[in-house]
This record gives sequence, structure tokens and C-alpha cells, in this order.
Amino acid sequence: MKKNNRQFNIVLSGVGGQGLITLGNIIAEAGFLGGNEVKMSELHGLSQRGGSVAVQVRLGKGVFSPLIPQGEADLILAMERNEALKSGHFSSKKKTIFLINDFEIYSPSFGNQKLPGLGKIISEIKPFAKKVHSIKASDIVQERLGLGILAGVFMLSGAVHKGLIPISPANVLKAIKNNVPRGLELNEKAFFLAKDNFKT
Amino acid sequence: MNIEKLLYKPAGEKAILLGDFAVIRGALEAGVQFVSTYPGTPASEIGDGFSLLKKAGKGSFYFEYSTNEKVALEAGIGASFSNLKTLVAMKSFGLNVASDALLPFGYTGIRGPTVIVVADDPSCHSSGQEEENTRGFASLAHIPILEPSDPQECKDFTKIAFELSEKFEIPVILRLTTRVAHQSSIVKLGKIEKANRKAGFKKDYQRFVTMPPRVLEMHDELLDKLAKIKRESEQSAINFINDWSAVAKIGIITSGVSYLHTKEALQSLNLRIPVLKLGFFHPLPEKKIERFIKLLNKVLMVEELEPYLEKEIKILAKDANPKLKIFGKNLLPETRELTPEIVMSAIAQLAGRKLKIENSLKIGNCKLKIPQRSPNLCPGCPYWPVFNGVKQALQEAGLKREDVVFGGGIGCYMLASFIPHNLQDYLLCMGSSIGIAHGIKKANKKQKLISFVGDSSFFHAGIPALINIVHNQSNPLIILMDNQITAMTGQQPYPGIAESGRKEKGQKVKLEEIVKACGVKHLKIIEPAKDYKGFIKVVKDFLKKETVAVIIARRPCVRIKR
Ligand SMILES: Cc1ncc(C[n+]2csc(CCOP(=O)(O)OP(=O)(O)O)c2C)c(N)n1
Repeated sequence: MKKNNRQFNIVLSGVGGQGLITLGNIIAEAGFLGGNEVKMSELHGLSQRGGSVAVQVRLGKGVFSPLIPQGEADLILAMERNEALKSGHFSSKKKTIFLINDFEIYSPSFGNQKLPGLGKIISEIKPFAKKVHSIKASDIVQERLGLGILAGVFMLSGAVHKGLIPISPANVLKAIKNNVPRGLELNEKAFFLAKDNFKT
Repeated sequence: MNIEKLLYKPAGEKAILLGDFAVIRGALEAGVQFVSTYPGTPASEIGDGFSLLKKAGKGSFYFEYSTNEKVALEAGIGASFSNLKTLVAMKSFGLNVASDALLPFGYTGIRGPTVIVVADDPSCHSSGQEEENTRGFASLAHIPILEPSDPQECKDFTKIAFELSEKFEIPVILRLTTRVAHQSSIVKLGKIEKANRKAGFKKDYQRFVTMPPRVLEMHDELLDKLAKIKRESEQSAINFINDWSAVAKIGIITSGVSYLHTKEALQSLNLRIPVLKLGFFHPLPEKKIERFIKLLNKVLMVEELEPYLEKEIKILAKDANPKLKIFGKNLLPETRELTPEIVMSAIAQLAGRKLKIENSLKIGNCKLKIPQRSPNLCPGCPYWPVFNGVKQALQEAGLKREDVVFGGGIGCYMLASFIPHNLQDYLLCMGSSIGIAHGIKKANKKQKLISFVGDSSFFHAGIPALINIVHNQSNPLIILMDNQITAMTGQQPYPGIAESGRKEKGQKVKLEEIVKACGVKHLKIIEPAKDYKGFIKVVKDFLKKETVAVIIARRPCVRIKR
């Protein structure tokens, strides 16, 4: 497949209820404010009831399909570590960076099957990724701000400040204002918290 | 962004819109006056968006969540007969329910321009039941179908659909799929028209009464109309050839989101191949297609699900270009949605290119065992004690799970299917848990049966089935899951509450009054979370009844924002 430098493809993977669609909206709007074409694809309904969710956001020029082709993700932002593996389809050794929230969400459908743990997940992903980062985002925001759902904005802010997504922090902050349904102040706190405390 | 601000942005500006919201904007630009819907993913956001606008006091249109899609369409037909510009929205399965009204509506035609938005869900991301392709209704109903690819086209095609409807006095279907309805991208906005058609039903027997023998003339007239619309389709700019300058002897015909996958694939493969992009699925611009395929040696139809286009084009090629090699479902799957890499691989084969897809970690090749994460009931969902209580009741009654058949229905309560509940032995369509229960009970009266039905499903399609049970006398136990909302699709109101989806309240219709009026003798209203023991007891009691028994398990959904 021909490499296309004009596109930047982001997969947001996680579990229904983690606010992935809002996060996708923030990225899309920030990208738009920065003069990009944007495409986003999301799913609703059944998949929002605690199942696996993958929101796809595509920025840049020459973006046509709402779906990222296999192996063409630039960034996979996994809000739950087991879900990182499920987006592996989009990854490639050549360019994909994984940013994983080291956090686990239990599902009754697991029954008593054992989950692999971060170490094993990372070693499975590594051969298919350019780089893998992880951070205990949910724990950090829970401890510092008392609200786990802020992990999404925290991770996004961290990614933007680290230069992992080609959009400006100022535009992300603007997009947060326009898109978070409630608790703007806390979301802004999460944004600034990541600016100085994002050690993966 | 606040939705009224977003959807009422001034003309000339750009906004990032979800496909469903772009349909709303298109309808506003067209001056829509009457909107009805029943929720269903991926069409729910259309109704929800209109509802939010109404609640914010915006818009000069009427909006309602109707009891089901047939009723929504009938309300729309009434509005159209009364000269209003009308939009009705539903998911694919909704059109099956509405089809009894849809077909004669094609015969009568419209008075106020009418657009019916129908959203399919290839790959069943948010659908049980079946993987439906609304294109099938084209040959059944003889109604034009337009297929947008992206939010810009969602907006523009909605307007075009209204114009077509007005010009040819026929309802027009706008067919979306999940990846169009739930795709967001930048839309350039047009001017919002003021709704200006005067409302009032003017009698016109020849037009609105489908009595025989007139109905047969109407059938002829419908086909005549369609022939005229075909001429329009030949001229229409939404059926266009992309990159005609490409001199390749191969071409592609496609529509909807498949067009976007095709463009992505051509870009990645660095190929220039002419693409005929169809905005009209029905009627097809046959002459345009013939002119296109005449110049080719090979053509590929990139379409999701059934090969409707492929079949049509095979027929056209017989005269236009008998030597043409036609590719479609021999290179593409006939079930599930298409993706860019699937299309890429088909085009590569067509063009004789070698394809190297980036090395990626496929879930199937993963050495680590990651357990499947099924959707589940929310923490605190009122259905937990219902399912647990039923199991407990069986145990106390000395019954095994195998001894009882569990009827499932469409809604959050279909999660009864998964671990840890495992209480679902059949699942078909809305309201059917009750209708099918009757047949099972009639087949073998000794078989114990408990069927679950949601409150919105009950109003939607359960009531006639319950009446049938009472009248024809069978004795299932029905548990009515009264969570006071249409939950699965995003907490839309329904007739059981006073909320209407508008600012003003509606009239609440009480479930228990309907159940009683149907002639049910054994009825218990209970809140299992509060009276768990009482619930278990009534399940045990009611399983022994000689006539049908209904338990209304009442407690609001935890997601309701009031
Ligand atoms: C004919 C038809 N229309 C719409 C849908 C979409 N749909 C799926 S679940 C659901 C909600 C049903 O609500 P309810 O019966 O109250 O169950 P709840 O989700 O609240 O448990 C709807 C409308 C469908 N599957 N079929």
C-alpha cells in the first residue's frame, strides 16, 4: 500500500461509556480549526452498552473513507488496555504509535477467564507498532480530580502536548469548550494536568 | 456544540456534522414542516436532533416520536395530504413495519413533498434481527431511492429528494447506512427556507382513494411517473463520472459509502480509473450507465450486501456491450459492510496489481486470549433484579432452566441473551416475543414459557399479539419491562410517559389499563428492586395460571435524565 503522508489517522478504542465519541468530536473539531479535512466514524446503540467501541478520526488532506484502512493508523489511543489489542488491525510497524491507558474494565461476560495484564499486552503489540506508550491515566485523574471519565481528555491533552497528534493544544482547548456536555471546568483541569504531568 | 447553534449556523459557513444531523439541516434548508419518527440506530439521531430543536423552542415545524414506524409514516402521509412538507425517519426494520402504508402511498403520491429517511446497518453493528438492504423496496414499492455518501451529500440529497418529490408528486426514500449516518465531516451550509405551505386537506377522490378499479390506473400512473423520473435521473448531476479523463479500459460503478472506500482505494493504489458514482439507486440512469460501460472491457460494481446494481448492469450490458467482463460479488463479499482494504483488494485484482497490506495485528492471530466483551446492562439497571429474580423463582419452584422457554425481544432486555443471564431462547423482531409465545404455547400447552417485552416494544407491536393470546386462549407469562423509556436507542420518550420530545407534554397512556382492556385476568405491577421477594413469588404463582398472566416490572431506566 502506498504510504500517504497527508493523512493522520487516529483510532480511539475502549469500552462503551468511556466518552469516546465526545473525545472524537473534540479531535475532529480541533483538526477542523487547524484547517484540516476531517472524517469521523462512530457507532451507537448496542455497542454503547459496555461493549468494545472504536471511534475513528481522520485528519489531513485526501481523506475519503470514514474508515481507516488496515494498518494505516498513526495513533491508537486505547482507553482500556485490553481494547488496545482489539484495534491491532489498524496498526503497522512502520508508523503506528500506541498510547494505552493502563486501566482495566471488567465485563460480566469475562466470567472467570483470566485477563493478560499490561506486560503481556505490550509484548503482543510491540512487533506491530512503531512505539508503545502507557500511562495510568484513569488512576491519575481519579486521584487528582476525583473523576475517572476525565481520563479521555487527560490522555488527549497528553498526546497533543507530546506532539503525537498534529493539532495545536490551543485548538484542542477550544474544541473542549464546544464539545464537553458538562463539567467544563474539570475537563479543563484534566487538560492542564496532562500538560505538566504526562509521563509514559 | 449546542445543537440549535450548530444546526442553525448561517448559510455560507462550514460545520462538522454527523450524517444524521446533516439530514436535519437539509430538511431545514428545504423548509420542512412536519417530522415524525420512531427511533432506531443508526437513524435515531435524526429524530433526537429535531426533538432537541423543538425543546429549545426552535423551528416552525411540528415534530413527534410516533408509536411505531407505520404510525409515523401514516401521520406523515396525513400531513402530506394536507399539503405540508414532510419528513419521516426510521431504521431499516422500521420500513418493514411501515411498508403496508408505504406501498399505497406510492400510488396516491404526495401533496406536500415527502421524504422518508431509512437507515440500514450493514454488519449489524447495532441491529439484531437481520442484515437488511432497503434497496429491495425499490422494485417492491416503485419509489425513488437516493443514496448519499457523506454528510455534505446527506444535506444536499435531502433537499434534492424534496425537490424530486415536489416535481413528480411522489414520496422519495433517502437511504443511509451506518457509515453514512454516523460519519462526521465538514459540511458547507445553505440557506434555511421559511416553511410556507398552507395546511389543509383538500378532498380529491381520484387521488387519495385507492379503491378498485381506480387502484389499477394508479398503478399505471406510478409506473409512468417512474419513467419520467428515470429521465430526470439521466440528467441529474448526482449521477456523475469521476475522472473520465482516465483512459483505462476498466471502470467502477458504485454509490453510497462504497464510493468513498473506492476513492480511498484508488488513491492508495495510485490508480486512475473512471468511476460512475450513482446518487440515484432507483430509478437508475440506464442510458448514462450504457454510455459508460460501452467504452470499457471490464467493470467492477462496488456495492454492499446484495448485488442489486450488478444484476441491473448485467442486463444493460447484454445489449450495450456484450463482451464486457463484469465483476462484483465474485471479488466482494455479499454480507457485512465493505471496508477500504476489501475494496482495495478487489480493485487491485481488477487492475492486475499486486497488493501489499501493512503488517497488522489481527485479532484472530493474537496469541493472547482476550475474552469477548459483550454489551451489558448498566450498573443499577432495573432489569438486573428481573433476570435474577426469574432465575431464583425457577429454582424455588423446582424448575430447571431447560424446563422453561424464554422469549426475547428487541431492546436493552435482549441483553438477557448474554452471560450472566442466559435467558433468551428466541429473538426476532419488536413485539414478537409475545406473538411467538402464543404459537409455542398452542403447540404444546405443557411447555412453560416466560417472555420479556419492553414497554416501548409493547406499544409498538405487542398489543395486537396480546389481544390474540387472550382471544385465542394461551397462557404464557409475560414480563413487561416498564423502564419508562425507549432505552436501547438513547432514551427517547414513548406513549407510557407524559414527555413528548417537544416542549409541551403529551397524554400519558397507562400500560396497566391497556393490559386490562385486552382482557388479561392476571396482572401484577411490581418494582422488583424494592420488593424482590414479592416479585419471585408472583413469578412462581403466575407460572401456574391457566390463562395468560402479565407482570409489569416497573422502575425507570438509570440513564433517564430528568
Ligand atoms: C421495527 C424496529 N424499529 C426500531 C428498532 C430499533 N430498536 C431497537 S431496540 C429499541 C428499543 C425498544 O425499547 P423498549 O422496548 O422500551 O426496550 P428497552 O430498550 O427500553 O429495554 C428500538 C426502538 C427495531 N429494532 N425495530
